[in-house]
Amino acid sequence: MTSVLSDINQEESHYAPKQAYFNPYEQNGGTVLAVAGEDFSVIASDTRLSQGFSIHTRDLPKTYKLTSSTVLGACGFHGDTLTLTKILQARLKMYEHEHNKKMSTTAVAAMLSTMLYSRRFFPFYVYNIVAGLDEEGKGCVFSFDPVGSYERETYRAGGSASAMLQPLLDNQIGFKNQHGVTKTPLSQEKAIKLVKDVFISAAERDIYTGDAIVLNLITKDGVKVETFPLRRD
Amino acid sequence: MSIVYNFEDQQLPPQNTYTMLNLLLEQKGLKQPTAYKTGTTICGVIYKDGVVLGADTRATEDTIVADKNCSKIHYISPNIYCCGAGTAADTEMTTNMISSQLELHRLNTNRMPRVCTANRLLKQMLFRYHGHISAALVLGGVDSTGPHLYSVYPHGSTDKLPYVTMGSGSLAAMAVFEDGFKPNMEKEDAMKLVRNAIAGGIFNDLGSGSNIDLCVITKDKVEYLRPYDEANLKGKRQGVYRYKKGTTAVLKTTQKKLDFDVVRTTVRAEPMET
Repeated sequence: MTSVLSDINQEESHYAPKQAYFNPYEQNGGTVLAVAGEDFSVIASDTRLSQGFSIHTRDLPKTYKLTSSTVLGACGFHGDTLTLTKILQARLKMYEHEHNKKMSTTAVAAMLSTMLYSRRFFPFYVYNIVAGLDEEGKGCVFSFDPVGSYERETYRAGGSASAMLQPLLDNQIGFKNQHGVTKTPLSQEKAIKLVKDVFISAAERDIYTGDAIVLNLITKDGVKVETFPLRRD
Repeated sequence: MSIVYNFEDQQLPPQNTYTMLNLLLEQKGLKQPTAYKTGTTICGVIYKDGVVLGADTRATEDTIVADKNCSKIHYISPNIYCCGAGTAADTEMTTNMISSQLELHRLNTNRMPRVCTANRLLKQMLFRYHGHISAALVLGGVDSTGPHLYSVYPHGSTDKLPYVTMGSGSLAAMAVFEDGFKPNMEKEDAMKLVRNAIAGGIFNDLGSGSNIDLCVITKDKVEYLRPYDEANLKGKRQGVYRYKKGTTAVLKTTQKKLDFDVVRTTVRAEPMET
């Protein structure tokens, strides 16, 4: 009969072999958000890069322009984001040279999925959202998990405040839990207003979201970038 | 998932039974509930004729802001206040208990309590609990012997210094103090210094945020300034998010008749309560 004490001591014994661990991942916070409209899409992120209780920089947008009609939003481990975007840019350039045209948003999404799954057992710790226009010129948003599962959606939030933003978008864009309302299509102006407001609210309650947002409006005329200040505490 | 623990099988040691039991259950995968932590910036300085205490007002639960305007400067006695960092419940209960003991002490001795008394009560209580009470405190006040300022650590050790900081933002705040502290400052300069120290914590430490509270204690006056300053202004929303009447679906309606007696049927004007 053993006591609890000796039980625990046995497990923490000095003589037992010890496994040393190396953790290559880090959580750098930040939030991205994308909304697809009829002939446009909006993708925005905050600009705070942090680790633990400290801020690395207040000016690092987590959106990356891939082509004239495709923007990637990526957050999670910033080191992996850097590598992933670098490889992505290279692959896009290779595609351009081989096919003599820019890659479509849907093709970028499909390629990103295979790139992520190629690292199935040592994944890029990155949550990706791709926004742009599809082959028909309609707004499109694709969301990914870190190992490459993806789907097309009309709106999606990712990153540290995603759990706060997604239900709000479900209600305001998806008209979920609203009884007897006319489901009007989302206008550009309303989408931009909503994205800003939603980030203001996220900055109130999520410690990893703040400083500023960078908002990309993607239309057939290209990408228009706008910044907007958030609280800095 | 359920964890079955058979108390009959193993003899539990008489002492620390629950501590050991919790350890064992944790190894088997039990998640303990998390308490509100005030990842905090608190600080204080001694100036020419008193003490200035300062605190931010953010309370967090992991990465979520639980309270945007919580009060971290606690009352100890009319001439002593205490800033608290750590587990919110611990700082609140500890300062309350010491406040109560000091009040009884004041009634017994018929003297205003001294800061060193509060300090000793706090450290003896915290030491008894071996750091399990997560309260990191900045204790300040003015008594018959002058202004005093202490920092009290969760394990029960204390420092008596002219300027102190505590909490997750203590490094940011101390950097401001090291830059700007001078002995025998004027009241305005001391308040400005404490404000800047807390602001340093608010902006550079993610565990701290929102407003700045100050408490200025002198020989015959206490100014409790809450908020003293709002370091951040809340963003202005651009859209309107009011729902039209009837947006919430009514799933079921039932009507019930109430039995009642008519007591009076006259109607007369009555002045409104204001």
